[in-house]
Amino acid sequence: MLFGEVGPLGGAAWTAPAVRSGWIQGLRTLAQHPSALRFLAACGAVDTIFSLQGDSSLFVASAAGQLLVHILDLAMRGPARGRCSPQACDWPACAQKIVCHIEDSLCSIATPQVTQALNVLTTVFGHCRGLWTQGLWVRLSPLVARLLEKDPVPASHSLVDLLLSVARSSVPSSDRGLWETLAQTLSHLSPTQAGPLALGILKLQDCPQALRTQAFGILLQPLACVLEAAAQAPGPPGLLGGAAGDPMTADTLLCSKSACVGLLCCALTHLGLLQPLPQRPSPWPQAPLLGAAVTVLRLCSGSVAPTSDVGGRLCAILVGCGRVQRAALDFLGALSQGAGPQESVTQVFSVLLEYLMSPESSSMVLKKAFQATLRWLLSSPKTPGCCDLDPRTQLFLRELLPVLQKRLCSPCWEVRDSGLEFLTQMTRHCGGQAGFRQALLASEVPELTKQLLQDPESYVRASAVTATGQLSSWALLAAPASPERPGAQQKSLLVELLHVLCADSEGFPRRAVMQVFTEWLRDGHADVAEDPERFVARVLQAASRDPDWEVRAQGLELALVFLGQLLGPRGSHCPCAVALPETAPPGTLAQALPEAAPPGTLAQALQVLCRVQLFEFAFRALFDCDRPVAQKSCDLLLFLRAKAAPCGSPQEAGDSPNVASVEATLQRWQAGEQGQPLGYLEPGAVMAVLRSIDLEGLRDTLAESSDHVEKSPQSLLQDMLAAVGVLGENEADCY
Amino acid sequence: MKLYCLSGHPTLPCNVLKFKSTTVMLDCGLDMTSTLNFLPLPLVQSPRLSNLPGWSLKDGNAFLDKELKECSGHVFVDSVPEFCLPETELIDLSTVDVILISNYHCMMALPYITEHTGFTGTVYATEPTVQIGRLLMEELVNFIERVPKAQSASLWKNKDIQRLLPSPLKDAVEVSTWRRCYTMQEVNSALSKIQLVGYSQKIELFGAVQVTPLSSGYALGSSNWIIQSHYEKVSYVSGSSLLTTHPQPMDQASLKNSDVLILTGLTQIPTANPDGMVGEFCSNLALTVRNGGNVLVPCYPSGVIYDLLECLYQYIDSAGLSSIPFYFISPVANSSLEFSQIFAEWLCHNKQTKVYLPEPPFPHAELIQTNKLKHYPSIHGDFSNDFRQPCVVFTGHPSLRFGDVVHFMELWGKSSLNTVIFTEPDFSYLEALAPYQPLAMKCIYCPIDTRLNFIQVSKLLKEVQPLHVVCPEQYTQPPPAQSHRMDLMIDCQPPAMSYRRAEVLALPFKRRYEKIEIMPELADSLVPMEIKPGVSLATVSAVLHTKDNKHVLQPPPRPAQPTGGKKRKRASDDIPDCKVLKPLLSGSIPVDQFVQTLEKHGFSDIKVEDTAKGHIVLLQEAETLIQIEEDSTHIICDNDEMLRVRLRDLVLKFLQKF
Repeated sequence: MLFGEVGPLGGAAWTAPAVRSGWIQGLRTLAQHPSALRFLAACGAVDTIFSLQGDSSLFVASAAGQLLVHILDLAMRGPARGRCSPQACDWPACAQKIVCHIEDSLCSIATPQVTQALNVLTTVFGHCRGLWTQGLWVRLSPLVARLLEKDPVPASHSLVDLLLSVARSSVPSSDRGLWETLAQTLSHLSPTQAGPLALGILKLQDCPQALRTQAFGILLQPLACVLEAAAQAPGPPGLLGGAAGDPMTADTLLCSKSACVGLLCCALTHLGLLQPLPQRPSPWPQAPLLGAAVTVLRLCSGSVAPTSDVGGRLCAILVGCGRVQRAALDFLGALSQGAGPQESVTQVFSVLLEYLMSPESSSMVLKKAFQATLRWLLSSPKTPGCCDLDPRTQLFLRELLPVLQKRLCSPCWEVRDSGLEFLTQMTRHCGGQAGFRQALLASEVPELTKQLLQDPESYVRASAVTATGQLSSWALLAAPASPERPGAQQKSLLVELLHVLCADSEGFPRRAVMQVFTEWLRDGHADVAEDPERFVARVLQAASRDPDWEVRAQGLELALVFLGQLLGPRGSHCPCAVALPETAPPGTLAQALPEAAPPGTLAQALQVLCRVQLFEFAFRALFDCDRPVAQKSCDLLLFLRAKAAPCGSPQEAGDSPNVASVEATLQRWQAGEQGQPLGYLEPGAVMAVLRSIDLEGLRDTLAESSDHVEKSPQSLLQDMLAAVGVLGENEADCY
Repeated sequence: MKLYCLSGHPTLPCNVLKFKSTTVMLDCGLDMTSTLNFLPLPLVQSPRLSNLPGWSLKDGNAFLDKELKECSGHVFVDSVPEFCLPETELIDLSTVDVILISNYHCMMALPYITEHTGFTGTVYATEPTVQIGRLLMEELVNFIERVPKAQSASLWKNKDIQRLLPSPLKDAVEVSTWRRCYTMQEVNSALSKIQLVGYSQKIELFGAVQVTPLSSGYALGSSNWIIQSHYEKVSYVSGSSLLTTHPQPMDQASLKNSDVLILTGLTQIPTANPDGMVGEFCSNLALTVRNGGNVLVPCYPSGVIYDLLECLYQYIDSAGLSSIPFYFISPVANSSLEFSQIFAEWLCHNKQTKVYLPEPPFPHAELIQTNKLKHYPSIHGDFSNDFRQPCVVFTGHPSLRFGDVVHFMELWGKSSLNTVIFTEPDFSYLEALAPYQPLAMKCIYCPIDTRLNFIQVSKLLKEVQPLHVVCPEQYTQPPPAQSHRMDLMIDCQPPAMSYRRAEVLALPFKRRYEKIEIMPELADSLVPMEIKPGVSLATVSAVLHTKDNKHVLQPPPRPAQPTGGKKRKRASDDIPDCKVLKPLLSGSIPVDQFVQTLEKHGFSDIKVEDTAKGHIVLLQEAETLIQIEEDSTHIICDNDEMLRVRLRDLVLKFLQKF
């Protein structure tokens, strides 16, 4: 027996799942060499692993299954072993035992046992690459096929996973019978169960066309039924080329609300996942699918009046169903990637508008509707000859903006948030297009967005910050003075955002401000370009005091952008070689450098960095208690050092009197005493300090995972010492 | 059991239930949609309304031009608005014993019934229902009485003339029964007949039935009613809500096991979810005010307005509306706002707990304290001094035919900056707006109706499982405008019975049992005999005494002592003769054993025949028949009394006696 005479099962500790999990991990570490197998077999560990497959803890059960696969793989990975015969009389005893166990489980009448066997096999075919897996499949496939004869098919989910795992392995190249099994499975499973298998089959790179057609048919069936049920009159051949919908699918759709919703959601999700794939079926029925998505959405909103009895029942089931609405909107969004007939696209925009306007749309449905609308707007064709929106889209925009305006006033914060997200994305992509600019400026949306900076909900404030930042970048925020205060000077957005950064009690708006500022600096926003040095100094000062680590990390990102603009991007060796005024976009910081010409550029840049107190910020961040901040700071300082090193000379550091005091301060910071300020730094002192700190070493330390200390041998030793407690004399033994 | 349906309006019901010798009126709703046919009553002289052209027939005949005026293609009656009363001819309303009121909207016809039909019974309602109902009636009377109208149009009601009128006047029903509004005196007299009740209180009606109000979750003090006898239970569900608003939640459990469930007062807008509508309301309000426009909300002085104010309380700061004044104008505004704060026991749990903090249950108290919400009895007086625009005004009446709202429609209707937001679902907003056309102000329709929708009804019926459901006919088919929406109707098994105005429904339900009590001394004298395990019987001789619908078995009076013939008995003193009782027999006769017994006793030549009801034992020699059936045995012999007695005794051997 393993670990003691009575074995692990006898111990009281065995009742703790963590102990059982640890035991499995221990075995896994042990089983690295074929000779370990003999030991495991001899001590009966394999039987214990079999029993642990049904453990009450899912973690333990899953680990036991994986360990079995590992042992099987180890056993079969003999040096000269090629493809094994299915009879497997020459299989190693250990492998033989495991495979027999799997065979027994597959024949079991208890579904959990079948599930366990199927899960083990799924892992085998998913992870083991040896040729022996082909032999294993030949041996086990009849047992798997026999499962299909049962009604209902046991453990159908696991069976689907296994078949897909086998289909993705090297087995199909040797066993064409697999395709038959897959086809059989598709026809045996219920429409809901068959969906994931159909999707998996269609994702396969290489698979017979007949099987693909069958699988695609299964995914299309529910939507075909919906189209058929909602049709006012027999129309053109729909999704299935005019063939009638499968009665079984229709029965599932109508038998209960939950079944109908489940099946439709699966079909919509699966087709949505399939749409962007290169191996999606061709021809792709874009127009009927658009029609089906629109019909489903109209059934859900009750705005379609089916004449047939089935249509009426479907309408009663689906009306107001948020789950189907969300799935259909996602699917509709995915379909935006393909073209569609003019009529269908008009219908799409009209149904999207209907959803965006409807007071009945829940906040989640609205979010999805906004997302789908964005995708359709971005994919709509541009007017030939110019990069502006086409007239139909412009018309839609004019109808959409009043709706957006109303949504931005919604009492539900989720709705305001989704509206702002939509506006941000729309502006990001279309901010330069005249049609969009014109429509937006004519609406009250920019003004409303600015008002939402004062929203009581922090998520909305954050989204409003991002949206106003984006609007401002495209000069879309220049609203006239408000009617209540004619002539009053509008406060600059930069000042407002700085106020948010300094005063907002929640982290999300402050993070958003930092992102906007970083973007503004990168893109040379006009407000920033006026005095970038002052801007960076103010932002870094606010960010350095921020209690939120993401704000501090974003501050370093902004500092990095600033450095890039001063010293040239990463990768170029020496800033002296970078002709800053020519390469930088207009209005960026480079222009602000008074004399940006070599060889004084670096010195001047360092002067600027010292003036904005970037070093104090970066050095503080280096010892930040949050690892990502420290890592980022380390990267920044390394970048700076690399940039400066070839140009600087050791004597440049001089014997600046304050190097020692800086180093002393940094040491105190490292020790956790961060109260003391660094004071004004000379560029020379900075370079000297940079060279003296072991940044590489620090980077390596920071790269370790947070539990590296706990996992180290030293920690194990400490644990052991702690366990023996007061028996001090044992300390020597341990060493 | 019969149901007399006096109202065709599903949410303003008025039905009479005859059940076990009691006549119970269920609600007393007043259909006010008739007022939409009348011209608005302006508080301030309106040149526009007073200069509307008179209507004339196609042939130019203008004899109706004093009564009917034309406005933007619609014809209106220029007279004091009139209301469509419940049917008064279907049943003699003086025979109504009690009226049960379910909520304050469903009692507006009460003065017409209690004051003009010979009604002498009692009205039962909860305290908030009565108090807020009084406010609604007071407001209505005030709105109409403060704008006296010289003329009263009646010519147009003539059936021959009505036929010539354009729609909707042509199609208006029962116009001859339309009545002008009652007076405050009638209101006070009607309300004095009300007896206050609390939830779950059991009220005996003549000993025949017991009625109990249950919380219905729709409004302050709103109730459903249980009307039950010992063996029958009728539930009356009217205006209930499962949403979490301000009132106490609905009591569903007590509705279980009803024989009949009468279901009225479902949502009038089944496709509109109240949450979505509140969102629309807030968004549109904010948009209008931000643009410098005013918002007008025509509403009742109680009910949804409390929830709207609460919602706005949370919303105004986030929407930057803190500086916008909110005005609530109604003759009863002050009382309504204050009443709502004192009915703590009728509020939902959350609001009840606030009272113990102590805090006012509704946040409109804070809005008033901070001067964000101001209330006035009318537009005259203080209001005109404080009035500041842009603003939001809540005022009545939602029909837009009377009340202060008429003034604001005239004042703000011409500017497209202003918005009127309809939140009350009782009136079609298009019809309400008709006499104000052409109208520049924006109109938003956000009907907020928190009453049960069809999904909730379906769940409720599954939960409480009544044997029969009775409902207005409108609920048994999809709405006419959405005939494909099969989900917008009641779907239950067996299908619901439907009723319409002026219909009498025999409820599909027969009474089978009646409870009778036995006096203790009589019960003591009984000697039960067990005839089979668990079942004992005893004979009882008693006098059945019935009074106030209660039945009691009392011991029979002792036989009169012989009085020596001196005192003559009066006829009224006659008591039933108590003869010596024969024992009662029970049990069955096993034919085979009976035949064997007969043979043992010397009878021979016995034949047995099976009949549909039992057996015939034929004693051929004796020329005698013994007919044995489930509940009788006959011995038929030819004048041989000796033989009959012998045979009888043999039969009796197989039966138990007590």
